[in-house]
Amino acid sequence: MKYRSAFDIIGPVMIGPSSSHTAGAARIGRVARTLFNRLPKKAVISLYGSFAKTYKGHGTDVAIVGGLLDFDTFDERIPTSLTLAKELGMEVVFQIENQVTDHPNTVRINLYDDNGDLEIVGISIGGGTIEITELNSFELKLSGEHPAILVVHNDQFGVISAVTQILANHEINIGHMEVSRKEKGKMALMVIEVDQKIEQTIMTEIEKLPNVTQTIRMVD
Amino acid sequence: MFKSVAELVELAENKQVKIAEIMIQQEMEVTGLTREEIIAKMDRNLTVMEQAVERGLNGVTSVSGLTGGDAVLLQKYIQSGKALSGNILLDAVSKAVATNEVNAAMGTICATPTAGSAGVVPGTLFAVKEVLNPTRMEMIEFLFTSAAFGFVVANNASISGAAGGCQAEVGSASGMAAAAIVELAGGTPQQAAEAMAITLKNMLGLVCDPVAGLVEVPCVKRNAMGASNAMTAADMALAGITSRIPCDEVIHAMFLIGQSMPSALRETAEGGLAATPTGRRLEAKIFGKQN
Repeated sequence: MKYRSAFDIIGPVMIGPSSSHTAGAARIGRVARTLFNRLPKKAVISLYGSFAKTYKGHGTDVAIVGGLLDFDTFDERIPTSLTLAKELGMEVVFQIENQVTDHPNTVRINLYDDNGDLEIVGISIGGGTIEITELNSFELKLSGEHPAILVVHNDQFGVISAVTQILANHEINIGHMEVSRKEKGKMALMVIEVDQKIEQTIMTEIEKLPNVTQTIRMVD
Repeated sequence: MFKSVAELVELAENKQVKIAEIMIQQEMEVTGLTREEIIAKMDRNLTVMEQAVERGLNGVTSVSGLTGGDAVLLQKYIQSGKALSGNILLDAVSKAVATNEVNAAMGTICATPTAGSAGVVPGTLFAVKEVLNPTRMEMIEFLFTSAAFGFVVANNASISGAAGGCQAEVGSASGMAAAAIVELAGGTPQQAAEAMAITLKNMLGLVCDPVAGLVEVPCVKRNAMGASNAMTAADMALAGITSRIPCDEVIHAMFLIGQSMPSALRETAEGGLAATPTGRRLEAKIFGKQN
């Protein structure tokens, strides 16, 4: 079931004009910002399908940039986000792609600064609901609606059970979990959607585990 | 979780409760929030809808200048006493238009189920409110009933114009509104399902062809017609008229039609009204480019 809540249907409260092309786009931008965890110096935004064809009319551009500035879907600063980004020193580049994607509303966002970079692919599936389908070349499925933790780790035995053991110790229930890796024994990613809020202390505990290289926390 | 309209109707009938109540109970289960929290959340959405309608009825103009002011014209016409199709129906139409004009002006709205189709559910609610005098709670229930029907469409077909055309957006919104009107007017869960089926059947095949890619032409007027379609179908269902094709099969037909719709007619601004000479001219004028 793609939609789980009554508020996926009646909602979100948002700045118009399009739930998929404006609100959904803003949400994808905001997930990227959350995962990057700071204001990027540069953002390269590649638009596909209907996003590429109609982004100007729907304000998809200002919405994604608004999301990257950490604005919610109803933030009235969205229409002026391009100017605000410039003022804050974030360079924005839009690329129109012709490649056909699985979903018509697809965007690839690359974020950069001196401390690192991040690449995500997001789709806006309707009514403002989104899915993140790719993170740094890892395939995944993340709605951005539930608290989640992402754990980058070395593909070694025992890492997954060590992470879930910590969550169990804190009585945190896992709603959805995915593990993927680029190559056997190399870099791997755990995506864990949970029911409760995750405290920073738990994240620190996970980060200290052997073979864990990075953790990212996503909160509502 | 209920997966079909048939299941939804059965749940409501077996428990002897409104469809709104089934949706509220499911929301409590899925989110772990309390009933009070869920109702408060929907109450806030209702407030946003009221404010959008009020703003639209005072007159707005979109950035492109393509839309705005029609809700005001219609209200004046209703007040002139010359309206032919009935004041409640036209009130619903004008309030649906008001919401979408605010949306096109990059104002604050609540997506129901999407922004492009945000006018139908609040438009019809605030019009029938004048005759049915619902309590605040009943108005909130209207939104949960709409949500329940929209939930089935979203999970079995689509509520995205890019994926399924306008039938998936204004079509879904109209079906949701029709069902909710029936329930607010005291109809049975089955009658609500009939109203949704009748509405959606008449919006099958509707393409998404926005001029210049803007959510304005023809979106605002499609919401107007969606609202009148919902009102008519609700009255038909309340009169005891049923749909020969069950609601779930209509939804599945909508899904299949969306699948076979060419990409030019699914929110790409490449076909339909967007590709008419005037549509192209407006696009060039707004974005300063030739096609």
